[in-house]
Amino acid sequence: MIVGDLEGEALARLLSGPGLRLRTGPVVTRITSPLDDVAHGVGLLYRDHPVDEGFADFHVRIDRPAGLRRWLKPQVQFRFDGWPPFYPLPGDQGFPILEWGMNWCVSTTCHQYLIVHAAVVERGGKALILPAPPGSGKSTLCAGLVHRGWRLLSDELTLLDPGSGQVMPVPRPVSLKNASIEVIGRFAPQSVLSPTVHDTLKGSVAHMKPPVESVHRALEGAAPRWLVLPRYRAGAQARLEPLPKGRAFMHLVESAFNYHLHGRGGFEVIGCAIEACDCFEFAYGDLEEAATVFAELADRP
Amino acid sequence: MTPLVQALRDPADTPSWTRSRWELLVRQARSADLLSRLAALLEDLGALEKVPAEPRAHLLAARTVWRAQEEAVHREVGQIRKALAPSGVEIVLLKGAAYLYAGLPAARGRVFSDIDILVPRAVLAQVEAALMLHGWATTHHDPYDQRYYREWMHELPPMQHVTRQTVLDVHHAIVPLTARLKPDSAKLLAGARPLPEHPGVKVLAPADMVLHSAAHLFLNEELSHGLRDLVDLDSLLRHFGGEPGFWTALIARATEMDLEQPLRYALRYSNRILGTPVPGDALSGSVSRLMDALFLRALQPDHPTASDGLTPMARWLLYVRAHWMRLPPGRLAYHLTVKALRKEREEPAAAGR
Repeated sequence: MIVGDLEGEALARLLSGPGLRLRTGPVVTRITSPLDDVAHGVGLLYRDHPVDEGFADFHVRIDRPAGLRRWLKPQVQFRFDGWPPFYPLPGDQGFPILEWGMNWCVSTTCHQYLIVHAAVVERGGKALILPAPPGSGKSTLCAGLVHRGWRLLSDELTLLDPGSGQVMPVPRPVSLKNASIEVIGRFAPQSVLSPTVHDTLKGSVAHMKPPVESVHRALEGAAPRWLVLPRYRAGAQARLEPLPKGRAFMHLVESAFNYHLHGRGGFEVIGCAIEACDCFEFAYGDLEEAATVFAELADRP
Repeated sequence: MTPLVQALRDPADTPSWTRSRWELLVRQARSADLLSRLAALLEDLGALEKVPAEPRAHLLAARTVWRAQEEAVHREVGQIRKALAPSGVEIVLLKGAAYLYAGLPAARGRVFSDIDILVPRAVLAQVEAALMLHGWATTHHDPYDQRYYREWMHELPPMQHVTRQTVLDVHHAIVPLTARLKPDSAKLLAGARPLPEHPGVKVLAPADMVLHSAAHLFLNEELSHGLRDLVDLDSLLRHFGGEPGFWTALIARATEMDLEQPLRYALRYSNRILGTPVPGDALSGSVSRLMDALFLRALQPDHPTASDGLTPMARWLLYVRAHWMRLPPGRLAYHLTVKALRKEREEPAAAGR
């Protein structure tokens, strides 16, 4: 069963009752929430995701904090199995806080993986890893590429499996901020976007539904092949500049959430990934041009 | 019996559990900070591979964190020794770091939040200065907090290393100076045992180790991780319990150290909850039904599925009791007033962020 099979009020009933067990790649999150905008966001953006019956890895809840404030200036809070790891946010940020919370669940507990803060997409079984600080245009580039023949593995969390050296997908909605929302709307008019929420910690935020194929192939890993540090610059011509492997290694280490927990094993996982990758810095000003550059890169022998 | 308690008592049985029972077990173990302990128990039984794949992933992840912590503790103790070596002060490791260095089963899978050491009160200033020279800085800058720790407590305000961010608690006693019970720190230090493989580092003698663990748990205000501390006690008692003369020595030492009450609770609840083998005569001594009602609730995992309607009240009453045990009435009133006023001052800032 997929989320889209839940007809009418069935999804909202599940969310406000026993919870929706949502599978996203290797993890299942049991979500409960009485809030309409959470039900709407989940129904819209996780339409193609499987609903699981079995073991749930995380138990999360989005609701309004108790207290008088809920009548005056309602807020939303994220709870991880009863415990709120973040401060509450303004009342209309129910769906964004769910997304951030689900990222947090993976990045703080799934230490069987080496987890890098990076977008990652796949073509021909090979993974393109895009680590970058916020504001570098990584999510925009990632959203653009998945509309031009690349499969989405994740826009935030690159899970390197120490056993196989492969990147494991966690295909989930892609987070778009501020101007990117409109850029993607124009670049891929067929894309499905959640309503934009304004004045979040990251500015205006909307989420883009991941393509169906990436959801269907969510258990299929990919071998690291390219590591690219993207940087959006208005008017810049799209260009790949070779990046020395030593610096690429350090970038990956610095972008990792849990490198410090993996000791020597972590050094080796990142080392193997870098060894297998062609590494570049990439400046771009136009998404179509960027997509062309990456299509050429993928076709290189 | 909650799944977590059942799993701690009989880990070998858990691989055959259903996935839905495992789901509950992982949730409870995570909230009690015992997921890596469970992983270690199963690993030692060679049963980790038999656990269903989904919960096993969480156990392996928790084991990764624990192994990294273990390595970090070794590194950190090395740094502390280096900092204190010129002063000639020998350090006595307490709690988790002690179990690790002494090679005790209690260390297996035990998570650390900080490192605890015990030094003679007479050299406290010297130790603090040496640590500061090597990068540890005090964490509580509020003058009231400084006074609270320095005049009343059994430890310096926690020190944090400025680059490694690790936290070190320097103790000069095992209960607050103001506490009703008065164990003699000099006797603890005198009884401490050197570790042949780790020169310059000592650990408390077995009975004192148990007594410290008992005093720590049963005088603690905060019992949300009480089960984890009870697991320490259970493991220590199972390990040392087989040594000839241990129980007689333990009970005599408790009398000598004015720690009979915490030991009585430790033996009772460790036996009742975790099935720790305790000889019948060591279990004598009366405990009120009220205490049973409170501790048997508060020592369960801090999770909605392991609580009943009275659990929050039990934790709160034990919070009050611990304060009562730690501070005389006048100071207690003063302390609670300061804390209450401070809470009022801080709350809007927290919510407004």
